[in-house]
Amino acid sequence: MSVIDSVRAVEFAPRLKRPSVRRVLRRPGLVLAWIVVAFVGVAAAFPGLLTSHDPLGKTGARLAPPSGEHLFGTDNLGRDLFARVVYGTAESVQAVLIAVVVGLVVGSLIGLVAGFVGRWVDDVLMRIIDVLLAVPTLLISLAFIAALGFGTVNIAIAVGIGNIASFARVMRSEVLRIKGTAFVEATTFAGIGRLRVLSRHVLPNAAGPVLVLATLELGLALLSVSALSFLGFGTPPPAPEWGSLVAAGRDYLLAAWWMATLPGLVIAATVLAANRIARSANRDHAVNF
Amino acid sequence: MLRYATRRLLHALLVLWATFTATFFLLYVLPGDAALSKAGVGSDGAALNAADLDRVRAELGLDQPALIQYLKALGNALRGDFGTSIQTGSPATRMYAEAVPETLKLAGSALLVGLAVGIAWALLATYTRRNLLRQALLALPAAGVSLPTFWIGLILLQFFSFRWQLLPAIGNEGVQSLILPALVLAIPTASMSAQILSRSLELTMRAPYIETARARGASRGRVLLGHATRNSIIPVVTALGMTAGHLIGGSVVMESVFSRAGVGAITVRAVNFQDTPVVLVAVVFAALVFVTVNLLVDLLYPLIDPRIRLRRAPLERPVGARRPAAQRPVAAPEATA
Repeated sequence: MSVIDSVRAVEFAPRLKRPSVRRVLRRPGLVLAWIVVAFVGVAAAFPGLLTSHDPLGKTGARLAPPSGEHLFGTDNLGRDLFARVVYGTAESVQAVLIAVVVGLVVGSLIGLVAGFVGRWVDDVLMRIIDVLLAVPTLLISLAFIAALGFGTVNIAIAVGIGNIASFARVMRSEVLRIKGTAFVEATTFAGIGRLRVLSRHVLPNAAGPVLVLATLELGLALLSVSALSFLGFGTPPPAPEWGSLVAAGRDYLLAAWWMATLPGLVIAATVLAANRIARSANRDHAVNF
Repeated sequence: MLRYATRRLLHALLVLWATFTATFFLLYVLPGDAALSKAGVGSDGAALNAADLDRVRAELGLDQPALIQYLKALGNALRGDFGTSIQTGSPATRMYAEAVPETLKLAGSALLVGLAVGIAWALLATYTRRNLLRQALLALPAAGVSLPTFWIGLILLQFFSFRWQLLPAIGNEGVQSLILPALVLAIPTASMSAQILSRSLELTMRAPYIETARARGASRGRVLLGHATRNSIIPVVTALGMTAGHLIGGSVVMESVFSRAGVGAITVRAVNFQDTPVVLVAVVFAALVFVTVNLLVDLLYPLIDPRIRLRRAPLERPVGARRPAAQRPVAAPEATA
């Protein structure tokens, strides 16, 4: 074992041990958050594992309260609400992912070009971002839904467009920061092409904070997506989607409290969990934004 | 000062113009056929013949090139005419303007409640010396921005209106109908301002002048209220434009949950009917509110903090102000030492 290796061993050994049981137990909220997210992941990928009921067919009495047989009770058509929530997960999760990817890709691209090219390109692009910042995201989404039409995918795209501004700003400020560093300046003297500098040096270094922002946007995107489908712009029934399940329950607030409350609780728990994880990622990586 | 104000005003007008332009092209040029939806409303499912469609197109000016349409619309918009609503046939601007007071009541009371609760919350969290209480007070606002407002609204509706019958469930009648929606709408505002202010206070309380004030015998409460708060409040004021935007967006949802009349309800109906003139008004109005609040805020800074020399970049907002969960300590605006 060389000297360097032994130094490494000393340096790395405690770091490897740290995420051990003790450290995890110190953050019970984070553990819970991961469990919730894991459940959501399983429900999205393999809904059949979590429930044996059919989400679309009548499986019990109408408006039966929650019980061992029907965890979340049944709805006005006698459909098992838990099964509907579980089978609706895929659509909600898919919408959230589309929304974040749209915001991430388009926003990062705008921020990258604005920060890297600079001058009038920066000015023009940032004025566009000013417009996106000036209009509340929900209204941007509504305008896009008016143009694109209804449906969960359209909602997702609309929410993603509403999120472009924050990604663009974070990416731009990161690019500006990295552009000013000595190693990027050195590439100019080394005669390396601008595109290569961009892809090999600037982008990888700017990616971290932007990705952390993406994790933060997951929870917020779920809030926006479910709010828009609650307003009735999602895929029409009988397809179960979280926001529209809450909307379906609002006519039965008195007769069947579970119909609106429990799907809403699932949304709230998922957003809380996603935000909790994002915040710890944010802190661990000490992102600069 | 005058030059500064003029520049800000010009920038605000530029943002408004760009918002109008972007939304116009999004709504009028991108999608299919406004004539179809217009003709569709009248004939109610009856087969449309081509001549009818052409007539409606000519009526709406849709047979002209996009650029001509845009220039005409811009000229009209400058005179306050955004076209007529496809649903009702009345001017979109008037239809919208008539609903503004109701939403203003809702958003205004939510803003007041939200700011008051948020500021008190942050002060309490900073004041208390009990670590557990402080942790709890600081953790709750993060949860507050994670809760779907439509869900909270429905739960409160269930208890206060249906079970206990204390407050009306729907409508705009009286102060009682305002209580629930305003409270729910205030939650995100309160959470956001509590987060921003407590971060800002945390930084301020470490400043040397705070220590000096304490050393001279001022109590913790006095230092907090008399010295720290005024210096820490600026990020909250900076975020007011964002807050106003959030409130407009939030009132769309609240007016739906509580079946209230207002601009939110009108916007939702307009999107449902693809009533593009009204949607255009809604978007431009939201931008107008944002831009106006920001102009006011910019003029307000020197009153709060005389150190501020007016040299800040136009509309530069901390990213975190829009995304409360990501809020990082907000640097105090440029000050000359």
